[in-house]
Amino acid sequence: MTESSSKNANLVAECLRSWNPKAVVEVIEFRGETTIVVPRELLRATAERCREDAKLKYNLLTDATCVDRYPADPRFELNYHLVSIPRHEKVRLRVWLGGNDPVVDSLVPVWPGANWLEREIFDLFGIRFAGHPDLRRILLPDDWEGHPLRRDYPVEGFRDVPSTGELFKKSSTP
Amino acid sequence: MTTVETAIGTAKTMVLNMGPQHPSTHGVLRILLELDGETVVKAIPDLGYLHTGIEKSCEDKTYSQAITLTDRMDYLNPLGNNLVYCLAVEKLLGLEVPKRAQYIRVMMVELQRISSHLVWLGTHAIDLGAMTVFLYCFREREEILKIFELFAGQRMMTSYIRIGGLALDPPAGWRQAVERFLKMMPSRVDEYETLLTENRIWIGRTKGVGYISAEDAIALSMTGPTLRAAGVAYDNRKLFPYSSYQEFDFGVPTRTESDCYARYLVRVAEMRESLKIIRQALDKISNEGPIKAEAPGIIPPQREKMKTEMEALIYHFKIFTEGFSPAPGEAFVTVESPRGELGCFVASDGSPKPLRVHFRSPSYINLQALPKLIEGQLISDVIACIGTIDIVLGEVDR
Repeated sequence: MTESSSKNANLVAECLRSWNPKAVVEVIEFRGETTIVVPRELLRATAERCREDAKLKYNLLTDATCVDRYPADPRFELNYHLVSIPRHEKVRLRVWLGGNDPVVDSLVPVWPGANWLEREIFDLFGIRFAGHPDLRRILLPDDWEGHPLRRDYPVEGFRDVPSTGELFKKSSTP
Repeated sequence: MTTVETAIGTAKTMVLNMGPQHPSTHGVLRILLELDGETVVKAIPDLGYLHTGIEKSCEDKTYSQAITLTDRMDYLNPLGNNLVYCLAVEKLLGLEVPKRAQYIRVMMVELQRISSHLVWLGTHAIDLGAMTVFLYCFREREEILKIFELFAGQRMMTSYIRIGGLALDPPAGWRQAVERFLKMMPSRVDEYETLLTENRIWIGRTKGVGYISAEDAIALSMTGPTLRAAGVAYDNRKLFPYSSYQEFDFGVPTRTESDCYARYLVRVAEMRESLKIIRQALDKISNEGPIKAEAPGIIPPQREKMKTEMEALIYHFKIFTEGFSPAPGEAFVTVESPRGELGCFVASDGSPKPLRVHFRSPSYINLQALPKLIEGQLISDVIACIGTIDIVLGEVDR
């Protein structure tokens, strides 16, 4: 299984490098999974290449998700999971984004299915997708403050609840 | 939250707010429908009413503790959720699960698939006016839940599948219980078919309704029976086998019409295939054998060992106070849930709590195609189309 996966990793890296030598920053293999790290400005073009290349045929965008590695910098790691239905292969495209300006090109022009996946990441991590047709919050209310899946957002939320002592004082005063 | 104003179009149309408390939305889904007479011009789904932050909660639990949260996402497929999470963590750990446990896992998730399809069929039929099917489906689902209760002591939120294996050894009499179910079920599936497959009203309500082309379905990342009804034989059990599915002989039913009726036929055929898998699993599962991997420090030791061996006691204490720490890295595993491709992404930073747990929920992604299915159709078809995607709102919102 690992042998075939490294074969696939070589194929993907080779195809992408022959198309644009700058497209592949790093190839990571871990537990039989292939990750191709892509520069931020080339994400959309690389994704399109993965779909269109006759040798790759990654026609299904199955998942997109983000990992916040706060306090490391760059903190955001975007992972796009692609599947080639005809070739029975998977690959992961990865882009790193800094905390100051988390913007990346939207993949909606390549796969319309990226729409809600990107809206979810926007909602929960605050990453903006340039060229997204409808970038609104999807799971949380529109007036929600902050992005809860960021690591610097506490699990219990920012609660503005007075302590029990204060409550007691308030109720006892006439 | 989407406000009504955004959907208001020309004066000719009216805006109808469907849900969130509408029985045919199968939970709390709100859809803004812009109507021209009875025709849907535009549809905007609005979700999040059931958002519970499960992914965030997982980051604050140890790897084993997070299992109970996964049950509560897709409440019609708790065992499938357990399985995908455990497979992801096992991949991260590089853990090999004993064959016997793998076969039991397969049997359990296939039973779960049938029970989920039964709820789908029953509720879909009742939405479209066929009351009897609902009662029949829930009668058989009850039998499956009884089997789960026998195995795990719980009917729905079983948390039976654990990291490295299973929670408990199968109880006495389990084989007879599953045998009984296997003997009864094929004729019951025939029964549903006699009620629906050639029923004129059913055909009228579902045939030609909610068409989507295979290209559009793939572009919208749709998976599961919806994609298979469009002629694409995409099934994770075949393409990316997990838990020894490659050793089982089963078919992947597909259709090409890609309408609600085709999806109905695909799901009914899937129930029959699942019965085949359960039959084979039953023959493969031996009466004796391990149900947990051998991995001290990760898998809790047996009770007897804890009373006789010092190391076992220490491991037990450490697992339940501190947890275990997989090596830094990521794992992404996909399984075939009753609704489509269910994925779990787990990232570890080398601490006892996951850095990130993400679920690729098929309901959420398939629901994205709803406007495509219903725009230009009649309002009564909206009900058929929501039903045919088979969404579980607990999984949509997580």
